[in-house]
Amino acid sequence: MKIEFTLNGTPQSVDVPENMPLLWVVRDVLNLKGTKFGCGKAMCGACTLHIDGDAVRSCSYSAQYAQGKNITTIEGLAPEGSLHPVQQAWIDEVVPQCGYCQPGFMMAVANLLDKIPNPSDEDIDDNITNLCRCGTYYRMRKAIHRAATLKNNL
Amino acid sequence: MAKKTFNRRKFIIRSGIGLGVLFGVGLLGRGPLRRMLAQTAEETILPFDNKFDAYIWFEIKPDNQIILRSPKVEMGQGIFTALAQIAAEELEVDWEKITVVHANTAQGPIDFVSTGGSLSITGLYEPLRAPAATMREMLKVNAAELMGVSVNALSVKNGEIVGGGKTMSYGEVAEKASNWDFKIDPPTLKSKSQFKFIGKALPRIDLVAKVKGEPIFGIDGSFPEMLYGSVLRPPVVGAKFISATPGKAAQMPGVIKVVIEKDFIGVVAESRVQAEDAKHQVDVKWQMPEKLLQQADVDALIKVGAGNDVVIQTEGSVALTGENVFSREYFTPMGAHGHIEPNGASAHYQNGKVTVKLSTQVANLTRKEVAKALNIKEEDVDVQPQYLGGGFGRRLETPHAVEAALLSKAVGKPVHVFFERTEEFQNGILRPPSHNVLKAKLNKDGNIESIEHHTASSDVAFDSSLLSVFLNPMSNDVAKAVVGADFGAWRGGMIQYKAIPNYKTVAWHAELPFKTSWWRGLGLLSNTFAIESFMDELAHETKQDPLAFRLKHLADNEKGKLLKSVLKAAAQHAEWDKPLPAGKARGIACSIDVGTPVAQIAEVEIKDGKIKVNKVICAIDPGLIINPDGVKAQTEGAIIMGMSASMFEEITIKDGKMQPNTFGYYQMAFIRDAPEIDVVLLSSGENPRGMGEPPIGPIGAAIANAVFQLTGKRLNRIPLNLEG
Repeated sequence: MKIEFTLNGTPQSVDVPENMPLLWVVRDVLNLKGTKFGCGKAMCGACTLHIDGDAVRSCSYSAQYAQGKNITTIEGLAPEGSLHPVQQAWIDEVVPQCGYCQPGFMMAVANLLDKIPNPSDEDIDDNITNLCRCGTYYRMRKAIHRAATLKNNL
Repeated sequence: MAKKTFNRRKFIIRSGIGLGVLFGVGLLGRGPLRRMLAQTAEETILPFDNKFDAYIWFEIKPDNQIILRSPKVEMGQGIFTALAQIAAEELEVDWEKITVVHANTAQGPIDFVSTGGSLSITGLYEPLRAPAATMREMLKVNAAELMGVSVNALSVKNGEIVGGGKTMSYGEVAEKASNWDFKIDPPTLKSKSQFKFIGKALPRIDLVAKVKGEPIFGIDGSFPEMLYGSVLRPPVVGAKFISATPGKAAQMPGVIKVVIEKDFIGVVAESRVQAEDAKHQVDVKWQMPEKLLQQADVDALIKVGAGNDVVIQTEGSVALTGENVFSREYFTPMGAHGHIEPNGASAHYQNGKVTVKLSTQVANLTRKEVAKALNIKEEDVDVQPQYLGGGFGRRLETPHAVEAALLSKAVGKPVHVFFERTEEFQNGILRPPSHNVLKAKLNKDGNIESIEHHTASSDVAFDSSLLSVFLNPMSNDVAKAVVGADFGAWRGGMIQYKAIPNYKTVAWHAELPFKTSWWRGLGLLSNTFAIESFMDELAHETKQDPLAFRLKHLADNEKGKLLKSVLKAAAQHAEWDKPLPAGKARGIACSIDVGTPVAQIAEVEIKDGKIKVNKVICAIDPGLIINPDGVKAQTEGAIIMGMSASMFEEITIKDGKMQPNTFGYYQMAFIRDAPEIDVVLLSSGENPRGMGEPPIGPIGAAIANAVFQLTGKRLNRIPLNLEG
């Protein structure tokens, strides 16, 4: 089935099986590898991207629903050559270890900051439900607060 | 001038001795041999079993950038950053000029054992400094000739060679010099006081790539015109393949080929979903086991008293009769690695050669296995390790590399495959369960007179293809017979409280009908949970302070001293003597692994009827520290992974199926569960010790001990559950 949408600001048209998860459209068809596969059941959040301003777990989002939508992946989170405040805060706090789950986290956190500019620890606990197996959570919490400050001071 | 005829292949930096040499002796008899192996398995730094030269390690670009090819893989442990720091030190360049890449099996110093066991920095510290220093001196020799200046008049600084009023960059020298075929004397390496980069908390060199989501991971590997494969795996433990025909799968949309070779069944399609959909339409017959495996079967097998037993440690004469004898038992369940990147690989087979991209901790073994499966020479297999989306021991087995290669060969195009998460739980590899029994007799003064530890588990090293590497040239079967019980499973199981006059440790081993193997720390988590919970129980039974009780049972041997120092440091930092406010309590535990002592103090409370770990104070002494922030990150990560495993994670088996078999139901720690972590770094000794695994040891016991302090309830089973 033919599906058209905007990806990181660029119009895209793909012809894929309608049950193909959006994750594979982005990764395999459009070759943007920053959005990750983790569990395939929307449990871990490694595949988080933005659809029309909402954080969505793309492994369980059928491509057919992407028709006409505005999609952002980690590659398009910040304009070319710059970093999003979340990415900057992640660097400042040296968050990533293996780094595999981090794009999903950063996409979830960027979306959280759009909705709650100054999240409390409780807001973070309630809204950030991705999984990181390297255990970077302690630094991540600090980075989320730092990202909020960076973003609010822009 | 130092130019001489020189065969660079003779440029031996270091050659190694594996455990095989120990077995080669062969005359020691089983008992001493076992004890020696037990000791060795706990302490040995397995060095490279290969020769290295500076050319293989380094490539110097004309723009003065230096490529360092790492024989070890980056799986989050920060080794690329640490290696750049170590190399920069002797090369005399700014560390940011060094780009670290994975060596391919076709090129570069591939490690012949594995990346694991917390041994990368320990094992590479000297082998890397030596070629770096040698490369620097060789550059000087060539610069001297190019500049027409005596080599003794030259000095190096920041990647430049200066002397006689002239300056050349390393890049220029590398570009202009044509003769590198000469020998120099091994240069003297820097002393600790001369370090500029080693010991600094420099930021990870892979940060930018990782925050931008660059395609650096194994599963991101791709080739032009790549197809997608999916492999059919047995539905339950013990199911045996009988036969298969393509069935409806061959006609499904997008399907290129259904591949059936002996018991290997795979589908290749234009897209991943098409391959997955078609896989379930293959007509396959399995012979089901007569009786489906249940958890009770596993529990009966993994039990002190069942299977083989081997005494791995003994001192004095253990007597456990009369008054003041205590006996307790502890349990840990099967666990998953929970690496977020699935096990996948892409392979491109053409003209009898194959290239494989994947996340692997054993590039060399992966190559051997692919070569064997395709019946081609090892030299015709190029394994290109990528960044790992978590390792934790799981990437020590890479059957998916073989799967990708077989499918690529079958269709003549590149193919990408991976384990779906449910397949990973059912058909992957698990951490084996454990059962520990501890007995001790205390005297009137509250001192332990005798202690006996029985630790039972299943395969860790025994079912691993790595075993043959460890025990070369012995066959796996002979080695198992000699060793008797699995030395991976007993890791952390020996009594370190050597002020106790009589102690004994016995390891029990039984095989399970499914694959269990390495998991971060191997047996360290379960054995430390048992020993350190028991020490706490003994302290409580005799009304002694758990910290003082530990300290007095540690001897003044090397390990005892190290443990005492981290215990004291943690206690001081946590203000152990000051009680916490009502409703909160602390627990303490310690362990020593690969020479690195760790003490942890967990502060807990009960929230909504559940255990909440608020803070962990950890003192650790990993010897010489290359990057303090890297050490802290590894410590924080190991604590959170160990806490997650200790509080939430459990796999059981029902009707031959692993339960649960997805994330979410297999509960792992979220950000909301993560405690504040305060790491106290100690640094004793001249060389680095292991770092990646040791801090996973004490956390389970530290939490359980805190929960006991708070509630009076002793939790002897992981995952820790107040209801249990």
